[in-house]
Amino acid sequence: MTTNDLLGKILLLFIGLAVFAAVVGLLIFFIDKAPKRGRDYWQLAGFLLPALILIAIGLVYPAIRTFILSFQTNDGAFTFDNFVWAFTQPAAIRTLINTLVWVLLVPTLATAIGLAYAVFIDRSRGEKYYKSLLFMPMAISFVGAGIIWRFVYEYRSPGRDQIGLLNAIVVAFGGEPVQWLQSDPINTILLIVVMIWIQTGFAMVVLSAAIKGIPTEQLEAAELDGTSAWQRFTNVTLPGIRPSLVVVLTTISIATLKVFDIVRTMTGGNFNTSVVANEMYTQAFRASEVGRGSALAIILLIFVLPIVVYNVRVLRRQREIR
Amino acid sequence: MSIAPADLPAPKEVGGDDVVTAMTLGETKTGRVKKRLTSRTATIASLIIAVLWTIPTFGLFISSFRPAELIRETGWWTVFSNWGWTLDNYNEVLFSASQSSPQLGSYIVNSIAISILGVLIPLVFASMAAYAFAWIKFKWSNALFIFIFALQIVPIQVALVPLLQFFSTFLRPSMEWLHDVIPIIPTQNYVPLWIAHTMFGLPLAIFLLHNFIADIPADVIEAARVDGATHGQIFFRIVLPLAVPAIASFAIFQFLWVWNDLLVALIFSGGTQDAAPLTQRLAEMVGSRGQDWQRLTAGAFVSLVIPLIVFFSLQRYFVRGLLAGSTKG
Repeated sequence: MTTNDLLGKILLLFIGLAVFAAVVGLLIFFIDKAPKRGRDYWQLAGFLLPALILIAIGLVYPAIRTFILSFQTNDGAFTFDNFVWAFTQPAAIRTLINTLVWVLLVPTLATAIGLAYAVFIDRSRGEKYYKSLLFMPMAISFVGAGIIWRFVYEYRSPGRDQIGLLNAIVVAFGGEPVQWLQSDPINTILLIVVMIWIQTGFAMVVLSAAIKGIPTEQLEAAELDGTSAWQRFTNVTLPGIRPSLVVVLTTISIATLKVFDIVRTMTGGNFNTSVVANEMYTQAFRASEVGRGSALAIILLIFVLPIVVYNVRVLRRQREIR
Repeated sequence: MSIAPADLPAPKEVGGDDVVTAMTLGETKTGRVKKRLTSRTATIASLIIAVLWTIPTFGLFISSFRPAELIRETGWWTVFSNWGWTLDNYNEVLFSASQSSPQLGSYIVNSIAISILGVLIPLVFASMAAYAFAWIKFKWSNALFIFIFALQIVPIQVALVPLLQFFSTFLRPSMEWLHDVIPIIPTQNYVPLWIAHTMFGLPLAIFLLHNFIADIPADVIEAARVDGATHGQIFFRIVLPLAVPAIASFAIFQFLWVWNDLLVALIFSGGTQDAAPLTQRLAEMVGSRGQDWQRLTAGAFVSLVIPLIVFFSLQRYFVRGLLAGSTKG
């Protein structure tokens, strides 16, 4: 990087900041000095339109366009081939199955471990530090996490010192080292472990807060009735945190469906580890198969749709109460 | 990261120590004994989980300070029998100017520049929109808000192809013009990344900030209005200062998201030193030099340091945002 490059970048950043400040300044000026007639509408527009326009260009229009693209060949003719391809080609089917495995394993395991941990450390000494340890991976990029775990799964031919922790453990117990990331189907499971590693902290923090929200009277009453710790957990704690459990499960499910970076960094989608989000990128931006990529994006959207509908219903109910 | 609504009692403070002490004091003696017995296995189990969760990062951290030959030939856990420490790895990934080295310096600049406006723009526009949704009555307000909430959950993958086409038609010419006027600004610059991150961040931002801004007591807003304050004044003098905690928590979310993003960068940055962020460079290194562990470990750690610092120093706000999103709706 030369000094000129750096200067150019800093200059651009300042131009960007200045332009943005000017836009916001103008907007506010416009809001306060709006013409008397229809003032409310002008003001509303000033507050709302910037966000709405950006959302319309960045999300709504593209989503509609992707939907259309998914039914087109590269020449623009109407076709169902992209979807037929996605559900018939062995490689594409494998991608769908992998995604299914991801979305079954990650939310359940991350939530289960997070919940167990939250219950175990509840009201213990040093709870804050315990939490930080599990929570830390959330700040790490998926790419960083990919490198961290590639190092754990690293392979050295038998006889040499293993530098990957997993193979070192295998060898220490008298096994043969394995090329983990290249052995199907264990490699998909090992990638899933990375995602669980990242998401457990999220589950733990939300569930821990929910557990603290359960009235102590309920737990004490159950204790007086002579219930065991396990009974108290299943009959008092679990029902008490049900809404949070749903939130955690759905949030992690969505994150899992969209997972891209982990697969990209660790295997690049090779060795039968690809998932829909990664295959979508590969098809649309590497193989120039825009139709197929769009079809995969739409399939992803359809996977997410039930969760969206469910959440919207919850939100609407809450807004009626408000 | 997307966030879903749910109704559950919002705790006052996560891990509040006062609550803890109050409870232990209130417990009877037998109760306390019981608690200890059950918690021994619990303590061991949680210790095991905590260790399992920390070891991978710890191994990377140790390795990044070991000489290349030692990383290649021995496990990091044998560091005591294979003693050797060095800062060369960091020196090489950050400062070496040779063509073959990662030259992370310029990518750090990119990541920082992308993050600054990639957080600021959605923050400002979203708080304005959130204010409108909360305090300006209009037709379809509810339906529109729910629609935006739903967009938050929609995978951004559905937006990528058309948005790229859109940018190359409309944004590309102005970027070239800027390059012609000021030659030191590269044609492939941050502008598409700023705009893309803004667009993708807005729905979550509006949702999070709205929850908070709508909870400001109506009396406060009404009083200001009676005194003749305009919407602009109310927004700047009353709403923004009161919403600082919510703004802080969204800022952390968005910062972590922008800093750690790979997908948006891959598609909109052009992939060169001119605009690509750290994550993209690291992913590239894994692809081309997946065995250069001395570089990968140091590089990965460089990329982790800033988000980890932000995260740990502002953890309180982050957790609050997480819970505000998932507890109030």
